[in-house]
Amino acid sequence: MDPISVKAKKQRKTIGWDGKTLKEMRQEIDEISRTTGHYAGLKTLPLKESDPIRYEKIFAKLRGGVVHARETAKRVAASPIVEQEGELCFTLYTPEADSVVTSTGIIIHVGTMGAAIKYMIKNDYEENPGIEDGDIFCNNDCQIGNVHPCDVHTIVPIFHEGELIGWVGGVTHVIDVGATAPGSMTVGPVTRYDDGYQVACRKIGKNDTLLKDWLIESQRSVRTTKYWLLDERTRIAGCHMIRDLVLDIVKEEGVETYKQFIREVIEDGRRGFVNQVKTLLIPGKYRQVSFVDVPYENLDVPPYARVNTIMHAPTELTVHKNGKFEINFEGVNRWGWHSYNATPVSITSGIWVMMSQTLIPNDRVNDGAYYASQFDLPYGSWLNPDDIRTAHSYAWHFLVSAWSPLWRALSRNYFARGYLEEVNAGNANTSNWLQGGGYNQFNENHAVNSFESAAEGVGAGAVKDGISHAAAIWNPEGDMGDMEIWELAEPLLYLGRSIKPNTGGYGKYRGGNGYETLRLVYGAKDWTMFFMGNGYMSSDCGLMGGYPAASGYRFEAHGTNIKELIDKKLPIPTGGDPDPDNPEYDKLIEAKEIIRHKQSITTETIFDNYDLYLNYLRGGPGFGDPLERKPKMIEDDLNDGYVLPRYAEKVYGAVFTKDKQGRYIVDEKKTEKRRKEIRKERLKRGLKTKEWMKKEREKILKKDAAVQVRHMYSGSFALSQSFREEFKEFWNLPKDWNLTEEELGVPIFGAKIKH
Amino acid sequence: MTTYDRKTIEELIDGTIDFHKLKQMLSNFKDADRFEKYISILQERVPWDDPILLPAGLHLYIVQKKNGDRIVKCDCGYEFCEASDNWKLHALIHVRDTEEKLTELYPKMLAPDPEWQVIREYYCPQCATQLEVEAVTPWYPILKDFEPDIDAFYNEWLKRPLPQVK
Repeated sequence: MDPISVKAKKQRKTIGWDGKTLKEMRQEIDEISRTTGHYAGLKTLPLKESDPIRYEKIFAKLRGGVVHARETAKRVAASPIVEQEGELCFTLYTPEADSVVTSTGIIIHVGTMGAAIKYMIKNDYEENPGIEDGDIFCNNDCQIGNVHPCDVHTIVPIFHEGELIGWVGGVTHVIDVGATAPGSMTVGPVTRYDDGYQVACRKIGKNDTLLKDWLIESQRSVRTTKYWLLDERTRIAGCHMIRDLVLDIVKEEGVETYKQFIREVIEDGRRGFVNQVKTLLIPGKYRQVSFVDVPYENLDVPPYARVNTIMHAPTELTVHKNGKFEINFEGVNRWGWHSYNATPVSITSGIWVMMSQTLIPNDRVNDGAYYASQFDLPYGSWLNPDDIRTAHSYAWHFLVSAWSPLWRALSRNYFARGYLEEVNAGNANTSNWLQGGGYNQFNENHAVNSFESAAEGVGAGAVKDGISHAAAIWNPEGDMGDMEIWELAEPLLYLGRSIKPNTGGYGKYRGGNGYETLRLVYGAKDWTMFFMGNGYMSSDCGLMGGYPAASGYRFEAHGTNIKELIDKKLPIPTGGDPDPDNPEYDKLIEAKEIIRHKQSITTETIFDNYDLYLNYLRGGPGFGDPLERKPKMIEDDLNDGYVLPRYAEKVYGAVFTKDKQGRYIVDEKKTEKRRKEIRKERLKRGLKTKEWMKKEREKILKKDAAVQVRHMYSGSFALSQSFREEFKEFWNLPKDWNLTEEELGVPIFGAKIKH
Repeated sequence: MTTYDRKTIEELIDGTIDFHKLKQMLSNFKDADRFEKYISILQERVPWDDPILLPAGLHLYIVQKKNGDRIVKCDCGYEFCEASDNWKLHALIHVRDTEEKLTELYPKMLAPDPEWQVIREYYCPQCATQLEVEAVTPWYPILKDFEPDIDAFYNEWLKRPLPQVK
């Protein structure tokens, strides 16, 4: 730095505490927290210990105020994603960007907005463009700090007498960000440059007013301008409400108390987390895995992306004796040319979303838990890409399923300690996502993204079935939304909304079932839609003898005669597609094309009016041997449409009849007898595991597996020598055995770039 | 301090617990004596006398043997292996790796495609209970799910002696 700049820097008033820059504050907090093992070096909590009522009062005011700001601000939005589904969240941060308290909602962004603020601190925003009272910043850049570009952050600094005392961040999931295809979480992008409008921690407002150039540019960059504008006003309203709240508390309690409080509450969060770990878990190592299919070979994407592959998430949870919580993803495979890549902050923050629903189910979600944990996220993998080109618009394709093994790891702990009420076999792959756009029924340029997927089947517990069509892990307030509202937001009429049989994983306690809605395109022009979900694979295992949830498929019908049928008052398809082996819709309609296919990821497809689209939302995994399911529960499943009769027989061993009213009655004695026979069949067909392993080993030696399977392993082997060596050791493979990406005969763009 | 009577924990194990009671249990602070009551109920229910150190899954236990070994044991009495080993390697396995085998479980459109994923069922060789199910790609190493540090758990966290053979 030249002498003039040094002088200018010294003359400029810093905005940090005690004359420090924010960068200095960030470095200090990291250093002291690392060396002492306590956040901000707080070995005691003087405020909490000396005046616990006052401490709790401040916390309650902040937490209540932040939640209230979210509830109030969301009424500003017009987007059903925000207003109906609650896809928004507000968080209060320290000046260094550690989270203090958060609202309800999509709390994954506790971490992402913190990462964005840290990025601004690291890049000296204090000097240029400057951080001043009344400023408004925006970010949606994934590699800076986001999950996917449609989660747009508004960040506002909070000043008190010229000193920065914190930040408040607000996020909403917007309907469209101007990506290659309409909708917020597009399939089709294979690089960052297809992913839509990217705002990299930009100052967009001064003196609490949005800058005109920003307003013009941002609205010209997305398809759904009105929703964008109102979402932004929602975020700003919430941030300003919280800023006022903080300043009121400072006025009442004094700024020094506030400063002490925000330090103590994070250390308190850290201690609380360690305490929960020791209360509910057991020291040790717990290993689980999950996968999701990326069937891109025949998709309309650039040639180097036309590869079938599988995303791989091996998880090793280590609970240390001192209560430290460590999650290691060693063995994950390489990032890919699709929009399902993730960033470290989305993985770690997402795990906190999950934890807030199990291990730390309270309102003290802040960065304290982060300081009590360690994450190992291999560089170059899909969850920590080493290349700025990666796309992220539908990061959720695997994020949700990549956390699901953690449910099982935790649940094995809960089960062993007797906390059976906490056991959860996992979560659904929260798809399908109905997305698309064009000109809607109001003749507007429009995009849609149905958040019906916020209500999927929940994993089974150790004492009860999973809840059906109820929740999504990423938003603890999950809700399928009202059909009438979706019909206003989308040119798609509902022809049915029904429970989907057989979608919850079978078990002593079954996973919650998913559901399906049949939509008729009506009033649209230039309209395209696509499907997004798992198809060839189930993205989770079951737990302790329960089966995984069903995988996916897509149904669409084009060029139908439904208009004619309506005109003639003849029956049309309504309700679901309960047994796709014996389809009913097809008997009622004629169409140029009727598709039922396991390929559940598609790019834009033209949909004309009177075409059909089936939105099938998945179920959750099951718990325990299905032969232990109580006959009465199977009877209810049959009568309420949760399982098809032939699978009640095959999987549960149920023997039943129908009464005069058509209701199923399960015969307990005959069922018991049949179950004994099934157990004998198991003993007959079961191989000794070590005998089976010999056969599987032969297949591996011959490299006998589909290309997507080999592609997954070679991507994991390339990034992790230890995973490769453990694999070889397990299968007792020759020392020189290897599987490389180069030998697969498919494009491997990205693999040869060394960073 | 939260505590539940033995009957409540039995109802929890049996899945007969009242929903509202269960909901309250989820919302409350945890009861510190749960493990003790839980193990005592499980021990009473199994048809053998080896002391249970830790449940290792539904029907599975890590037990203490007279000779000092720690063994993974099914409640039917079948003994799989040392606790340090992976019990699945000593079980029976049935791998659903064809469309025919997978469609015994799900309609074709709802079943995984065996070119992408197989379903592995692990049975107890004695009572044929299905103890675990894995949905993995072909070639996947058999997971060792559960590797608790029993000594640290008892000595440092519970601060109580390990159960001994009487």
